[in-house]
Amino acid sequence: YLQDASLAEANSFSPSMPTSPSSMINQYKFEDEPELKDLFITVDDPESHITAIETFITYRVVTKTSRSEFDSSEYEVRRRYQDFLWLKSKLEEAHPTLIIPPLPEKFIMKGMVERFNDEFIETRRKALHKFLNRIADHPTLTFNEDFKIFLTAQAWELSSHKKQGPGLLSRMGQTVRAVASSVRGGVKNRPEMFTEMNDYVETFSQKINVLDKIAHRIYKEEREYFNEMKEYGPIHTLWSASEEDIADSLKGVASCIDKCCKATEKRMTGLSENLLPIIHEYVLYSEILMGVLKRRDLIQGELDSKVDALASRRAEKDAITEEIGKLEDKVECANNALKADWERWKQNMQYDMRSAFTNVAENNLHYYEEVKCT
Amino acid sequence: MEDCLSRKIEITVSEAEKRTGRNAMNMQETYTAYLIETRAVESQNEGQCSPVDSLWRRYSEFELLRNYLLVTFPHIVVPPLPEKRADFVWHKLSADNMDPDFVERRRIGLENFLLRVASHPVLCQDNIFYSFLTQEGGWKEMVNETGFQLKADSRLKALNATFRVKNPDKRFTELKHYSDELQSVISHLLRVRARVADRLYGVYKVHGNYGRVFSEWSAIEKEMGDGLQSAGHHMDVYAASIDDILEEEEHYADQLKEYLFYAEALRAVCRKHELMQYDLEMAAQDLTSKKQQCEELATGTVRTFSLKGMTSKLFGQETPEQREAKIKVLEEQIQEGEEQLKSKNLEGRDFVQSAWADIERFKEQKNHDLKEALISYAVMQISMCKKGIQVWTNAKECFSKM
Repeated sequence: YLQDASLAEANSFSPSMPTSPSSMINQYKFEDEPELKDLFITVDDPESHITAIETFITYRVVTKTSRSEFDSSEYEVRRRYQDFLWLKSKLEEAHPTLIIPPLPEKFIMKGMVERFNDEFIETRRKALHKFLNRIADHPTLTFNEDFKIFLTAQAWELSSHKKQGPGLLSRMGQTVRAVASSVRGGVKNRPEMFTEMNDYVETFSQKINVLDKIAHRIYKEEREYFNEMKEYGPIHTLWSASEEDIADSLKGVASCIDKCCKATEKRMTGLSENLLPIIHEYVLYSEILMGVLKRRDLIQGELDSKVDALASRRAEKDAITEEIGKLEDKVECANNALKADWERWKQNMQYDMRSAFTNVAENNLHYYEEVKCT
Repeated sequence: MEDCLSRKIEITVSEAEKRTGRNAMNMQETYTAYLIETRAVESQNEGQCSPVDSLWRRYSEFELLRNYLLVTFPHIVVPPLPEKRADFVWHKLSADNMDPDFVERRRIGLENFLLRVASHPVLCQDNIFYSFLTQEGGWKEMVNETGFQLKADSRLKALNATFRVKNPDKRFTELKHYSDELQSVISHLLRVRARVADRLYGVYKVHGNYGRVFSEWSAIEKEMGDGLQSAGHHMDVYAASIDDILEEEEHYADQLKEYLFYAEALRAVCRKHELMQYDLEMAAQDLTSKKQQCEELATGTVRTFSLKGMTSKLFGQETPEQREAKIKVLEEQIQEGEEQLKSKNLEGRDFVQSAWADIERFKEQKNHDLKEALISYAVMQISMCKKGIQVWTNAKECFSKM
C-alpha cells in the first residue's frame, strides 16, 4: 500500500504529520519484504535498580541499522517502562489516527505479592520487544523522530528531550477544548466506512476477550491434567514392585504415562509462549482501535463544529473558511491514514491469528504423535 | 480337567429392569432385576437353535449366592460381585444406583461373575449354583435350608485367630501381604485415574467454546471467515470426542475393580487358614495341658505351680478314688483330643493343599487378565491419539486457510 498523493498534500498542510521526505518514498511494508528491513531492535537483559525512592527495572534496547539518518550503525541504551509509555504517547500525539501498537499493561490484574517476579518481567520484556518491532515495521511510525531518539539517546539526553514540547497539561487542554467544541464528536457526519469499522471493532473486541478467557481456561485445565498425570505414572511403578509376571507391563505403562506428561508440558509451553501472548496483544489492540476511531471522530467533530459556526457567523467568514479548509484536510488525512493503517492491521492480525492457531494445531499434532509413539 | 459348566451352557445376563415391590418390612421399594438367560451349547453345534431358559434375579440374590459359596468353599478364591454402590466416580459419572449407565455396567459385571463361577472347575459343580441359574421359585429357601449361615465363622473368631496364631504357613502370610498391597495400589490407581479423567474431560470440553466464538467471529471477517468457521466445527468435534473415549475407559476401570475386589477374596482364604491353624494350635495346647494334668495326678508331683496343687496342699489331698476317677476322665479326654488333633491336622493339610492349588490357578488368571487389560488400555490411548491427530490435522488446514 503506497500512501500516495493524499499524503503528499497532507504533509504540506497538516502540522501533525511528520515532514520526513523519505517517508514518502519508503512506504513499503517491511514485513512483506524482509530483505528491505534496515532496522533491527532487541529488548533484553532486565536489571533492577534500587534508589532511595523507588525500585524499578530497566531493559537493554539494542538497535542495529543501516539507515543514513542514524549517525551510527549500532546503539545500546537502557530504558524503563516509563520511557516506553512516553514514546507511545508521543506517537499517539503525532499520529492520532494511526494504530499504535499496544504496550504491556502497567499492572497485572490478579494482585501479586511481588510486583516484579521473573515470570512477569519476562512476559513484559517480550511484549516490549514486540512493541518496538511493530513500530519499526510500520511504514510511517518507523521514521518518527521521537522513536529515533528513544532508540539512540543516552539516559540524560532522553530526560532533557522529554521535558521539551507541550507539557502534559497543555496537551490535556487541547483535548478538553476539542471535546467541548463537539458535542458528540463527529458521529453524525461520519462516513459509512468508519461506522462499519466501529461495528467491527465492537464485535471483534467482544470475541477476542472471550477467546482470551477460553485460551487461559484451556491452559489452566491442561496444567491440572498435567499435575494429576504426574501422580498417575508412579503408581504403576509402585504396583510393579509387588508383581512378577506383569511387572514389565506395568513399568511400561508407567514410562508411557511419564512421556505423556512431558508432551503435555510441551503443549502447555507452546500455548503460553505463542497463543496466549498474541491473543492478549489483540485484546489490547481492540481497545487501541476504539481509541483511534474516537480520535478520528473528534477530529471530524472539530471540522463539523466549525462548519456549523460558519453557518451562523457570517462576519468572520473568511477566517473561518480558511480554518475549515485546514480542518477538512486534517480530517481527510486522518481518514486516509486510518483507512490504510486499518487494512494493514487487519492483514497483520490475520497473519498473526493464522500462525498462532496453526501453531497450536501443530503443537497438538506433535503432542498426539509423540504420545502415540510411546 | 473337569468339564466346566461354562462349556455346556451359555450364560448371559441380558437385561435389566426397574421394579417396585414390597420389602420385608412391607415398605415400598424400587430395585433393579436382571434377566439371566441360559442355553445349552451342544445343540447349537448341530445347527439347531436350542431353547433359551430365563429367569429374573436381583442383586441381593446374587449376594446370597456368593455368601453361600464363600462358606461352602472356603479354600476357593470366590469371584467377586460388581460394586454395590458406585465408587471412584469422577464428576460426570453419576453415583446414583438407578442411573442407567451404572445399571448397564453392573449388568455386565454380574454376567462376568456368573461366567467366572461357571468356568471354575470346583464351583461350577455346585447344585445351588445350578439352581440359581435355572430355578426361579423357591431358590432362596433351598439356600437357607443348607444351613450355610450356621457354618459361617464369626468375624470375631476370625479376628482373634489372626492376632494369636503362632505358626501359619508362610505362603499364606505372604499372600495376605500381597493382597493388602494389591488392594491399596489398585484403589489409589483408580482414584487418580478418576481425577485424570475429570481433567481430560475439562481440557476437551473447553475447546468446544472455541467453536462457538469462532463461528461468531467469522461473521465479521471477510477473508478469515471461512477458515474460522470450519476450524470451529473441528473444535466441536474434538470436544465431543471425549465422551466415547472416557466411556471406554470406564470398562478398563471396571476390569481393575474386579481385581480390587478379588483381593478381599484372597484375604478370606488366608483368614480361613489362620482360623484353622489357630484352632489346631489351641487343640494341641489343650491336649498338652491335659496330658500334663494327668501325669501330675498319676505321679503326685507338681511340676509347675498350679492353684490346684496349692489348694490340695493346703486343704488336704483327695482320696485315691477321687484321683482315679479324675485320671480316667482325663485319659478319655486325651484320647478324644488326640483323635481330634489328628483329624484337624489332616483337615488343615488338605485345606492348605487345595487352597494353594486354587491360588495358583487364580494367579495365572490374574496375570493373564491384567496383562490383557493393560494392553487394551494402551490400545485405547493410541486410538485417542489417532482421533486427536485427525482433528488437529483438519483444524490446522482450516487455520492455514484463514
